[in-house]
Amino acid sequence: MIVEANSLTKTYNRGKTKALHGLSLGVEEGEIYGLIGPDGAGKTTLFRILTTLLLPDSGEAHVDGLDVQKDYRQIRKRIGYMPGKFSLYQDLTIEENLRFFATIFGTTIEENCGLIADIYAQIERFKDRRAGKLSGGMKQKLALCCALIHAPRVLFLDEPTTGVDPVSRKEFWEMLKKLQQRHGITIMVSTPYMDEAMQCDRIALIQEGSFLKVNTPQHIIDEYDKTLWNVKCEQMHTLLTVLKKWENTESSFSFGETFHLSVKENAAPADLMRYLGGHGLSGIEISEAKPTIEDCFMSLLKTDYDER
Amino acid sequence: MALKYLIEKEFKQMMRNKILPIIFLILPIAIINVIPRIATQEIKNLKFSVVDNDHSPLSQRLVLKITASMYFNLVGVFPSYEKALATIESCEADIIVEIEPDFEKNLVTTGTANVFIAGNAVNGMKGAMGTSYLVQIIADYAAQLRDEEGLNGTQTLVAGYNVAPRFLYNSTLDYKLYMIPALMAMLLVLLVAFLPALNIVGEKEKGTIEQINVTPVGRTEFILSKLIPYAAVGIFLLSFAMLLSKAIHGFVPAGSIGAIYVFAIAFCLVVASLGLIISNYSNTTQQAALTMFFFIMIFMLMSGLLTPVASMPQWAQTLTLINPMRYFMETMRTLYLKDAGLGELLPQLWRLCLMATVLWVWAIVSYRKKS
Repeated sequence: MIVEANSLTKTYNRGKTKALHGLSLGVEEGEIYGLIGPDGAGKTTLFRILTTLLLPDSGEAHVDGLDVQKDYRQIRKRIGYMPGKFSLYQDLTIEENLRFFATIFGTTIEENCGLIADIYAQIERFKDRRAGKLSGGMKQKLALCCALIHAPRVLFLDEPTTGVDPVSRKEFWEMLKKLQQRHGITIMVSTPYMDEAMQCDRIALIQEGSFLKVNTPQHIIDEYDKTLWNVKCEQMHTLLTVLKKWENTESSFSFGETFHLSVKENAAPADLMRYLGGHGLSGIEISEAKPTIEDCFMSLLKTDYDER
Repeated sequence: MALKYLIEKEFKQMMRNKILPIIFLILPIAIINVIPRIATQEIKNLKFSVVDNDHSPLSQRLVLKITASMYFNLVGVFPSYEKALATIESCEADIIVEIEPDFEKNLVTTGTANVFIAGNAVNGMKGAMGTSYLVQIIADYAAQLRDEEGLNGTQTLVAGYNVAPRFLYNSTLDYKLYMIPALMAMLLVLLVAFLPALNIVGEKEKGTIEQINVTPVGRTEFILSKLIPYAAVGIFLLSFAMLLSKAIHGFVPAGSIGAIYVFAIAFCLVVASLGLIISNYSNTTQQAALTMFFFIMIFMLMSGLLTPVASMPQWAQTLTLINPMRYFMETMRTLYLKDAGLGELLPQLWRLCLMATVLWVWAIVSYRKKS
């Protein structure tokens, strides 16, 4: 395990706000480990503890075998961190930012050229442009370069694709895959986007400071045992309220242009058709749906709430 | 190596700022060229009204003599005190001179005559200075009369000896010479204290501090990288201001220039460290700016810039012992007006150095890479 944590807790406002509830995790060397969860779930707090920026109230964590509280100096040399907010110097150029971070890590751009060459090539023609004048996608590539400049063993990326266009997001994930495959870098990444979860080797679903489930994305989907339908009709705006009142409904939420509805075992599409027709809805389409990570997350959330 | 880059980065950011380089040039020019001309405590063009109850040649000569001085302008001669008072109430006059009936007769026969002076003390400084100028003129007049006409009795008006003051170090009592070194100190405290106060907290607001905090850069190195550029800016500003004062006012230090720089460096380190400490404890630039503003106000008012430290109440004088600006102001004035060197100013120097050390260590300790 290259990153390990045991029952981490962290509270803010003198214990009033709980950010982490005895959270434990283990990241294997060389994997892409995704933290999936809504805003305020504790993702950033976890990252800040693992990157030695925040002290946990209790529990312990190790990165590359080093204790985050005692050996923080050593850890800082071995990790790369990209905070959620763009945090490079906006008034320095691309090249100056890169050279600056290389120097304060005691290295040079040339020394670790191989690691960043692919990514840097995409922004190199703008190297004399100030970072503040770059587009979101380019800023993110520059930030990744700066986080990689000292050839870290582990890369921590806190919501790297938030506010980035879909094409750049796709490119970004391809870059991460390459880093993993070619250079064996362990990557821990958080995201609020469920579709990005499939790109990770393992994911942890996090909610209110604790993990709901940790597994490979495929396993999490395979473990989904409920019946799931796509429901569509002409009166979409009233559909959700009607669906929620149906006796066989487990949960329902909007999914693109349709609603995903999970139902109790004995229910049949014909029953729903009749029920919706009885409420004056027309043009009803019902089909079997393949569960996605989002469905799994929603169902886990629901059981989590029901249990409390 | 890393320190060199950190400092280089600070300078790049400073120079790329749209406003800062302009301020570095404009502010010294404004402070050294303009302020000494207006921030003067010499009182000129005082307006006075006369109530002459005597109408004798001697009383008229007195009025003429006052009018002839460069400080006073006559508003008018009035028949009664009430009428003259009206001119003060309407702000036409600052001072009333009332000459008693039988002024000439009393002067000739008894040797004593009374002149009543009433000054408007709404502006206390103006009132006090005006009346004291006036007393001098009247005394001078009495002396003149005694010399000319042998009016023996006038000794009561004029003391029996002649005081001829000789002013050391600033022989013409030129107020500018007194103000310029103090203004240089003010210039330094304005920029060298404010900018660091806004610096670290600015990095917090922009988020760039997060990225620095995960690097192996040490606290000492980081704080030094903030301190050195601002001390350098301070030295530049001071040199520029000294050149300006020579070019515009032809005013050069009488004492050692080397000593001025030694003190300036110590002073810059003190106030820049203070700025960084405030920056470390603040969460927003607004908090930092207001806190620094508070310190700068107190520093300036208690430094002897306007009111001499020696005329403050004892408790305030004790308080000024921890005001770095007091020492710098004192030494700047001393080094500019007197032919002094480091040797004479060692007490001030070691106090500034002590403050610099304490605040510097505090700045390092209060900067935390983790929370």
